[in-house]
Amino acid sequence: MSNDQSQSEKAYGRLHRRLFEGKAAIFAIATTVAISVGGVVEIIPMFSTSSLSWERAGWVTPYAPLEVAGRDIYIREGCYLCHSQMVRPMRAEMLRYGEWTRAAEYQYDRPFLLGSRRLGPDLQRVGQKYPDAWHYEHMRDPRATSPGSVMPTYPWLHRDKIDPADVTASMAALAKLGTPYTTTEEGAVTARLRSDGQMIVDNLAQAGITAAWDDEIVALIAYLQRLGVEGRQHLATQGGGQ
Amino acid sequence: MEKTTTGTVAAGTDVGYDLDIVKMFFTATVVWALVGMLVGVIIALQLAWWPANLGLPWTTFGRLRPLHTNAVIFAFGGNVVFTGIYHSTQRLLRTRMFSDTLSRVHFWGWQSIIVLAAVTLPLGMTQSKEYAELIWPIDVLITVVWVVFGVNFFGTLARRKVQHLYVAIWFYMSFVITIAVLHIVNSLAVPATWFRSYPVYSGLTDALVQWWYGHNAVGFFLTTPFLGLMYYYLPRAAERPVYSYRLSIIHFWALVFLYIWAGPHHLLYSALPDWAQTLGMVFSVMLIAPSWGGMLNGLLTLRGAWDRVRTDPILKFMVVAVSFYGMSTFEGPMMSIRAVNGLAHYTNWVIGHVHSGALGWVGMISFGMLYWMVQNIWKRPLAHPTWASHHFWLATIGIVLYTVSMWAAGLMEGLQWRALNDAGQLANPIFVDITARLNPFLWIRLLGGAMYLTGAVMMAVNFWQTIRGPERPAAEPVPVAAD
Ligand code: HEM
Ligand code: HEM
Repeated sequence: MSNDQSQSEKAYGRLHRRLFEGKAAIFAIATTVAISVGGVVEIIPMFSTSSLSWERAGWVTPYAPLEVAGRDIYIREGCYLCHSQMVRPMRAEMLRYGEWTRAAEYQYDRPFLLGSRRLGPDLQRVGQKYPDAWHYEHMRDPRATSPGSVMPTYPWLHRDKIDPADVTASMAALAKLGTPYTTTEEGAVTARLRSDGQMIVDNLAQAGITAAWDDEIVALIAYLQRLGVEGRQHLATQGGGQ
Repeated sequence: MEKTTTGTVAAGTDVGYDLDIVKMFFTATVVWALVGMLVGVIIALQLAWWPANLGLPWTTFGRLRPLHTNAVIFAFGGNVVFTGIYHSTQRLLRTRMFSDTLSRVHFWGWQSIIVLAAVTLPLGMTQSKEYAELIWPIDVLITVVWVVFGVNFFGTLARRKVQHLYVAIWFYMSFVITIAVLHIVNSLAVPATWFRSYPVYSGLTDALVQWWYGHNAVGFFLTTPFLGLMYYYLPRAAERPVYSYRLSIIHFWALVFLYIWAGPHHLLYSALPDWAQTLGMVFSVMLIAPSWGGMLNGLLTLRGAWDRVRTDPILKFMVVAVSFYGMSTFEGPMMSIRAVNGLAHYTNWVIGHVHSGALGWVGMISFGMLYWMVQNIWKRPLAHPTWASHHFWLATIGIVLYTVSMWAAGLMEGLQWRALNDAGQLANPIFVDITARLNPFLWIRLLGGAMYLTGAVMMAVNFWQTIRGPERPAAEPVPVAAD
């Protein structure tokens, strides 16, 4: 290193040393400030009242109890590690999956499930794409419906049961966070679980499949069948928008 | 100036320091490295051959993948960083750790978090946010253990015997502070049961907070503390002063300031407001400068020692590590450019990028440090010096197979997903047709990962036999292993 380089290095270093390096507390505070600026600038505006509207729209309804149960199963099994839920505004992507995903469609998503991998196809608009029986078969043996698929089998979903008390606890926590549920009373939640589940059970019966309203697979089907549907309907009538 | 900077590096004796805690973290590091990488190999097999999911809830990819990421990042990565911090901080500040009790609470607290993770994740208990999956009671425990670590670390700073804080210490400080901030903000949630909670943020705001966390978990868990390790152990192993003190000042402040802004590069083409996406992209591209500043400072420290690099496996590990750091921090900013991300996002390319950073940088710098440390702490020569070289080659070839196969697979699927035919329709309308074409690459990746794991097993056996071997007289200088 040349001589004047090391001269300037000395001056520079002396300043840094005097300001920070002898004083751990000041160094720590300076570091805290340095690492905070970016987060404050990017995240805080998301909560300001004028910004909140970018994520909100009346054409999206909260998840029904059975869908909440299905979503919890989707999280438990880590489906989001292979399937994204975000259609990007690109031509090929919209041909494959449908309209690109709007912010408001996620407004009741806690946690968000955008995913960052596509080991399987995007699911953000999978709702109503296939009959209920297709999903029932697909989760039991993915290769029966999609030859060549690499997805694991999930036979336990057809055996295990959802617990209405557990779903009620989830609903109560979501309501506390502001999801507009009219009731989170266990009896009412159970009744709704049963009636929504029965509709899927009836659909499955038409395909010759016997299931019960509280089978985990039924809840998962309820969740999958609503994905992206409200958005698709809204965008078809409004012709786009934010 | 340089003389004094590195004068602190060339530290003297370990008398009065707590080396037992270093040995404890060292042992935990090696054990968890093997576990985490073994799970990596298992999930790599599952992706190449689906029957390896076994049809059981606890062994499917969706439940084991978070186990892999948590094990390699927080169990292996965490313990290796703590090993280095507990060792080098005492030497750099010429004082014993603030409290032996806090050191042990930190150690056992951290290991119990890992064990809880290994139990809960296969059971499907997860919050689903990547690298922040653990359920809320474990999150609370993490917070407590982190505070214990923070008090112990800053307590040691407060009673240091040297005024001056060496550059490694700056990086450690940024690690302790930033991880605390990230963890608390990203984990805020309302519990529904003991095992389940829902975040206070929703939708894209939740996604933004998560990727602010996620990217900076990379930045402040897998980068800054490892740069701190580089700044201490590379000059020690090379017996050369750090190249430029001034460069370390500039690149430290630029790195910690810029990193935080880059999170939105994980949400490009989402419905997140454009200004936020643009900020994420611009700051990511700028990040290349401080990252390469660190790489150059590391590589140039070896000036005049290149002859030793050819023969000394420790230096070989470190040189490859710093080179992969440079490579992945070049690739990352490129992938943050919107158009490039449009192709790379969702594909195996991202997995290739992750592992060039993880296997190349984090893994290799750790191995270099561990080989140096086992001889210095236990004061014994390596039981099998040649094995260290074999490990080096297995790991290096393994990384190349891993990353090259993933780049190829990623480009291929990215292009085939978007390909249109003359009629303007999708050229590959069936998704699984594309997946099937990727299969050979997934087997090559598995081979690369298995080689990497084999090298790590050799290292563990080597350490075991070294530690059980005869001690050398303490006065003897510690030679660096040569093959
Ligand atoms: C024997 C070595 C390893 C093998 C075979 C391996 C294999 C894998 C596989 C198969 C995946 C899932 C990829 C996918 O979703 O397509 C993965 C993900 C991941 N691995 Fe590894 N891994 C290894 C070592 C490591 C190490 C040492 C680290 C970190 C220090 C690491 C960090 C990660 C991370 C962060 C992810 C998630 C990436 C993402 O979400 O984009 N891995 N690994
Ligand atoms: C200047 C430095 C870097 C920049 C700007 C950067 C940028 C990026 C970008 C653009 C992605 C892809 C996001 C997506 O499309 O999904 C990504 C993913 C990732 N990078 Fe980097 N990268 C950098 C360095 C590193 C290093 C050194 C490591 C590891 C030690 C690393 C680990 C990861 C991981 C784990 C992911 C996957 C995250 C996930 O999807 O789960 N990055 N990075």
